[in-house]
Amino acid sequence: MVELKLDARRGGFHLMVECIFTSEWTVIFGPSGSGKSTLLRLLAGLDEPSHGRMTLDGLVLTDTESRVRVTPGKRQCGMVAQHTALFPHLSAAANVAYGLAAMDRTARERRVDEMLELAGATDLAALRPAELSGGQAQRVALARALAPRPRLLLLDEPFSALDGAASDGLLDRLQAWVRANHVQTVMATHDASDALAIEAEVLLLRDGRQAAMGPANEVLAGERKRLVGRLGGDTQ
Amino acid sequence: MDWQAFTLTLRLATVTTAILLAVAVPLAALLVLGRGRWLAALEALATLPLVLPPTVLGFFLLVLLGPRTAFGRGIAAVLGHPLAFSFDGLVVGSVIYSLPFAVQPLVAGFAAVPSSLVDAARLLGASPARVVGTLLVPLARRSLITAAVLSFLHTVGEFGVVLMLGGDIPGSTRTLSILLYNQVENFDYAAAERTAAILLAMCAVALAAVYSTSRQRGGGRG
Repeated sequence: MVELKLDARRGGFHLMVECIFTSEWTVIFGPSGSGKSTLLRLLAGLDEPSHGRMTLDGLVLTDTESRVRVTPGKRQCGMVAQHTALFPHLSAAANVAYGLAAMDRTARERRVDEMLELAGATDLAALRPAELSGGQAQRVALARALAPRPRLLLLDEPFSALDGAASDGLLDRLQAWVRANHVQTVMATHDASDALAIEAEVLLLRDGRQAAMGPANEVLAGERKRLVGRLGGDTQ
Repeated sequence: MDWQAFTLTLRLATVTTAILLAVAVPLAALLVLGRGRWLAALEALATLPLVLPPTVLGFFLLVLLGPRTAFGRGIAAVLGHPLAFSFDGLVVGSVIYSLPFAVQPLVAGFAAVPSSLVDAARLLGASPARVVGTLLVPLARRSLITAAVLSFLHTVGEFGVVLMLGGDIPGSTRTLSILLYNQVENFDYAAAERTAAILLAMCAVALAAVYSTSRQRGGGRG
């Protein structure tokens, strides 16, 4: 469970969120510029809020009042950023192994193979990021984020470069893995089909504000109604 | 040909370059990855030798490392000899004098590594030292080579700091640039031409090697 009360300012942008993620999967839904990536970076500890507090299963990760800030590396948090951020000088397998430095070689190699297989990227193990397509890079980035078995998994438009069929199979495997390993997962997307494909609670963001939160079908139906209503109003 | 001055110059430049890289890599990484207003002061301090006249720097070091200060006396007690007018003193002076020539290329190279890669490494639990060793250095290796070559050549051609801090002791502090100065002062232009040619050749060959390597790796500038 993630409890959030965050207030963050970046340049002219102001994000204010106060909510609790109780479901294993939470989808942050909203248009570009609504604050999805900003919120993920705050959850990962890559950025600090101006004010606020965040806990994961009761453990305080950020609390500006008591000046607690768990560093990104100690949050046990995996993240797949929109632009994969694979290390260009390392092979796909070495990228996946990067977060497993504490494991012995045999266990590390086994884990890398397992994660590449889960991501459907076994054939890509020896390739460098420059040799991968956008979709392949996203698969490797996902395998890299999962490999250390994080407690919190943050996905920022993780399937944007995969075609629908490919992402469906991957999504099923990912959901099963997340369930089996009890990983709290937060996925940011602006694609309603991604949000509906997962049995998740949805946090709807609009201009940095929390517009709604609840089951995917309810929140997305409400948003659809609002957009249709606005379209009707505009054309009159 | 004064082989003693030649080998001393090479030894000084090699030792200085090795120390500079060991100092400049973490310093440049701190300047790029660190946060805090004090970093601006640190960067200014690391760049100061670039604009400071070498004789001024040499004078300050001569005073600091000499027997008139407690620091100089302490160092002399530890080493068994004063640092001023010794090879070790020249190394200290050269490291300080050439520091910006090592730090600046590394700062530029490290800053060019996308912050998203550093974020990814931090999220995967990498310590700052591992981020530097496994990401910044490999991805900015051209800058590392540039820093090494500039440090080496700058030390080879150093004159003001060497003269102020080391004087002109054969086998200990007489480098090629000091030798050249002596030869000119003695109107021995034939010997001076040879010494100047050696210095010119060392610099030209090292720079040509660096640029040809970087062009081969990068496929030219286009």
